[in-house]
Amino acid sequence: MTDIARGDVARGVVARGVVAKILPFSAVDGPGNRAVVFLQGCDFDCRYCHNPETRALCVHCGLCVPACPAGALSLEGGRVRWDAARCVSCGACIAACPHGSSPKAVSMTVAEVLSSIDRYKPFLSGVTVSGGECGLQPAFLEALLVEARAAGLPGLVDTNGSADFSSLPGVVAAAEGFMLDVKAWDETEHRALTGAPNRAVVANLRFLAAAGKLYEVRTVVVPGQFDAALTVRETARTLVAAGSGARYKIIRFRPQGVRAAWRGLPTPDDATMGALAAIALREGVREVVVV
Amino acid sequence: MNPGLAVITDRTLTYQQKVAGLAKVGESTENPLRIGAELQVYRDSGVICDLFEGSAPYRPRYIVPDYERFMRRGSAFLGLEPPRDIWEATAALLILYRHVPSITTFPVYLGDIDALLEPFVEDEAEARKAIGLFLLSIDRTINDSFCHADIGPDATTAGRLILELTREQKNAVPNLSLKYDPDRTPDDFALLAASVALDVAKPSFANHRMFAAEFEAMGLGDYAVASCYNGLPKGGGSCTLVRLNLAALAPLARGLDDFSGRVLPDAVARQLEYMDERVRFLIEESGFFESSFLVKEGLIDAGRFSAMFGLVGLAEAVNAFGDGKRFGRDAEADALGLEIIERISARVAAHRNPLLAANGGRYLLHAQVGIDSDRGVSPGCRIPIGEEPELADHILRSAPFHAFFPSGIGDVFAFEPTARANPLHLLDIAKGALASGLRYFSAYAADADVVRITGYLVKRSEMERLGRGEASLQDTTALGRNAVNNLGVLERRLRP
Ligand code: SF4
Ligand code: SF4
Repeated sequence: MTDIARGDVARGVVARGVVAKILPFSAVDGPGNRAVVFLQGCDFDCRYCHNPETRALCVHCGLCVPACPAGALSLEGGRVRWDAARCVSCGACIAACPHGSSPKAVSMTVAEVLSSIDRYKPFLSGVTVSGGECGLQPAFLEALLVEARAAGLPGLVDTNGSADFSSLPGVVAAAEGFMLDVKAWDETEHRALTGAPNRAVVANLRFLAAAGKLYEVRTVVVPGQFDAALTVRETARTLVAAGSGARYKIIRFRPQGVRAAWRGLPTPDDATMGALAAIALREGVREVVVV
Repeated sequence: MNPGLAVITDRTLTYQQKVAGLAKVGESTENPLRIGAELQVYRDSGVICDLFEGSAPYRPRYIVPDYERFMRRGSAFLGLEPPRDIWEATAALLILYRHVPSITTFPVYLGDIDALLEPFVEDEAEARKAIGLFLLSIDRTINDSFCHADIGPDATTAGRLILELTREQKNAVPNLSLKYDPDRTPDDFALLAASVALDVAKPSFANHRMFAAEFEAMGLGDYAVASCYNGLPKGGGSCTLVRLNLAALAPLARGLDDFSGRVLPDAVARQLEYMDERVRFLIEESGFFESSFLVKEGLIDAGRFSAMFGLVGLAEAVNAFGDGKRFGRDAEADALGLEIIERISARVAAHRNPLLAANGGRYLLHAQVGIDSDRGVSPGCRIPIGEEPELADHILRSAPFHAFFPSGIGDVFAFEPTARANPLHLLDIAKGALASGLRYFSAYAADADVVRITGYLVKRSEMERLGRGEASLQDTTALGRNAVNNLGVLERRLRP
């Protein structure tokens, strides 16, 4: 969080956002085929994070520069520069960064983001803004959603729920819908899992469900790390109580790509996942997807 | 062993396959075509190839009957009245299919079967049963994957039943195209088609607007998609398909200038000469158009037959001159590819065959999918397997080539099985591909039993059966198996 607070975007500068990556086609970030804009920086430190390099903003320490085998990185005027044309996507810079960041995140304007996906528009149902945590760059997020919609690309917001969306009416109005992670229902377990409290997440769950803006809720199941049955049941109840038609995606933890300490953890078995899906369905959730 | 005896004693051929094989052996004892020495050199070296069409053409390669007319009028020759219900309709079609010739001995076009059957759909349960048996009969009696049926662009109950039954039955035959038009094809129908494609590798999406506009402009009227993905005039077809192997031609040149200025024009001229000769024999000597009841009853019309100028191996030809720049990867290489196609297109368009009325005697360009013995020759203008760029890029790089090939070109994409969770994703991509100028888009999920080889469909389980030395019902299983080995078609890049 401290790194982000230092970032200019957190001060509400609309003009530019810090973008970790733009994926032109995705099958798994909302309905249909969507372009995904990953914003850099996250205020959770999930132990099963698959993209730990998107957590922090770069502090331009330069430690990654010598790690690059392709000469794609340089330090110029105290700032690290990444040459996309030279990069061979080997990941060495990310492995070398001690700050949970990446030299490949770039500062972009909304217009630059949209023009980079413009040629793919005929192929897209919409755009999904993800992260990192996109709620940490609310002004940029709102501007991006508004402009994307004007360009014919409805925007979904994929969020960890730490930002208070009830106080961001512009974002809520501009978004077609939200995809929210509910990582653990129990506060202590949530802290252990993410290093952060979950009151804001639960408040957002209630708020977005009642507002009819929730497209999907997700829980990643890691055996033995938190009470998944409780999490699924309470999340499902909240959805149903608010009359939300959101689907509930229950996701198996997969050790590939996570940090070393968690690589040894098991993937939950079919019986566990089936039992959790049954809980959500029993509570009355409209659609449950297990992946 | 002499070729006839080899066919007779082959343990992996069914009886029907032997009959067809012996017919080929018989045909090859006749050599009535006048083939000049220069052309023969190209034929011997595999630069020009008639794709097993035989030495004495006695039927057009591809026949596209006007089945609508047949349904309205029945057939005097076959002693059939126009059908009155779904049972008579499906039976009438199955009877006629038995009598539609082609290069494969099986019909390569079965009709726009949704529109043909829709007038007879009254009770849905009964229609489902009748159409289910109809599709099953086709798979079990038309034992060749170059057999093709079309549906769309409008949604119909028959069309929906055909898609649902296709998913249930999971058969390789018939090949199936959805003629897709964003103004006419409703999203729910297209979405069903996309989800069926992920299960059974069909239907493919054909760019209806593009085909319809071009065939209109050529004065050919209504079109059909037949065989692999061949756009042909309905009520007519194609007399022949001969292909130019650009991968084999490129090494004959002393560089790009020599290729463009001397080698390519000569080979194109020889291929046109060969096509002219095949068309001449078929029309003037074989007697086909004088004797077939299809002609007499107006189901086909000699005036609606064209012929297809095919080509393969553009990627390899470009790479031969590309100075390390690769086709499908570098803009310069792609531009060279387009330049080569433009040159071929201009020469083919300048040629007239006075025996053919369709399209003013001009032949139609066709991006041929290859034959099973090809090695290191990519189909048509496709980017080689193993070098495919990321999906969006792949489609956008391929699209400019599609405009040149009204008689067929297509790209095939393999998806991760997880794509089934979001069929709208596939539909979005198919729509975007057609909107970007792709003529024909095929997709399948990598774990499906039915796989698209190059243009045709084969079951993995059947290829395995053949691999064990057992006979397989479809004659195309053997082609698929060789193509898997020679072209690596199961190694297509997987799209998430
Ligand atoms: S990416 Fe990490 S290592 Fe590289 S300059 Fe930024 S903070 Fe330093
Ligand atoms: S991924 Fe990082 S280290 Fe590797 S080439 Fe690109 S910039 Fe250099």
